[in-house]
Amino acid sequence: MIGVGKIKQYSNVLDRPLSKGKQEVSLSAFAFLFSELVQYNQTQVDNIAELERRLEDAGYAVGARVLELFCHREKGNRRETRLLGILSFVHSTIWKVLFGKVADSLEKGTEHEDEYMISEKELLVNRFISIPKDMGAFNCGAFVAGIVRGVLDNAGFPAVVTAHFVPVEGQQRPRTTILIKFAEEVLAREARLG
Amino acid sequence: MAAIYSLYIINKSGGLIFYKDYGSAGRMDTNDSLRVASLWHSMHAISQQLSPIAGCSGIELLEADTFDLHCFQSLTGTKFFVVCEPGAQHMEGLLKYIYELYTDFVLKNPFYEMEMPIRCELFDINLAQAVQKDRVALLGR
Repeated sequence: MIGVGKIKQYSNVLDRPLSKGKQEVSLSAFAFLFSELVQYNQTQVDNIAELERRLEDAGYAVGARVLELFCHREKGNRRETRLLGILSFVHSTIWKVLFGKVADSLEKGTEHEDEYMISEKELLVNRFISIPKDMGAFNCGAFVAGIVRGVLDNAGFPAVVTAHFVPVEGQQRPRTTILIKFAEEVLAREARLG
Repeated sequence: MAAIYSLYIINKSGGLIFYKDYGSAGRMDTNDSLRVASLWHSMHAISQQLSPIAGCSGIELLEADTFDLHCFQSLTGTKFFVVCEPGAQHMEGLLKYIYELYTDFVLKNPFYEMEMPIRCELFDINLAQAVQKDRVALLGR
């Protein structure tokens, strides 16, 4: 019979394999924590650019850790070395563990060779956030941009990553686009690898 | 004719933090809406004191000839109330739902200051949808 004897009985708790654990956290708890993160950083800065930078830095630390963890967990201690490989790793694997879904789209910039865009109709961190009119184009997605930058930078793909609101036709709410601009050396290396 | 005339949200000290008009009946200017809000806040507090029942949480429904006023008070003292046409149904449900929207799109918004007037785009959008849905349900019957 198939399956019988597959489940081993471990007498010692230390012999048992580590469980993957619960993969989800409460969205409300996260939303409140993130809201506090933004509010705290708001008290520490004088202008919006500075706030954006601080959120990005907070995300960078997350990205660095997430890369380490998921190279180990999902990829058997290997990491992507090619541009498209790492981008799809961010777009699928990282997005899935952080936000529970694959990102809506991954596109190459039409105007510049070194630009890629990850777009999301409704970014999880922006789910409950309304930006006041006087803050202009500020986007709390800067935190997510920081995560992406953290992942890419630590994987050896230095890049400048920014978050932008892009209006969508026929939609009340704009979508968020994470714009990734890779450093020159990354593209030179890609070209060399062929 | 719209079933709901207007919606108010007042903070725990009786200040009006959100006001919205629906339909043409019972339209009020800013001063009048502020007055109604603080009036209701006081009446609600007095009703708690006057009630013969111990532990009364205040007026939940006021029925007048030309309108009904349904009120919902959250545990923190924020009051939500709608003025609607007499005999309108499902108002408790609607108020609970509006409270849910408030906790989601207002309280989780880092740019909202507690007890201050609500100016959140997402709250407005979702509220408009909720009221619309409610209206459809009412018209369908």
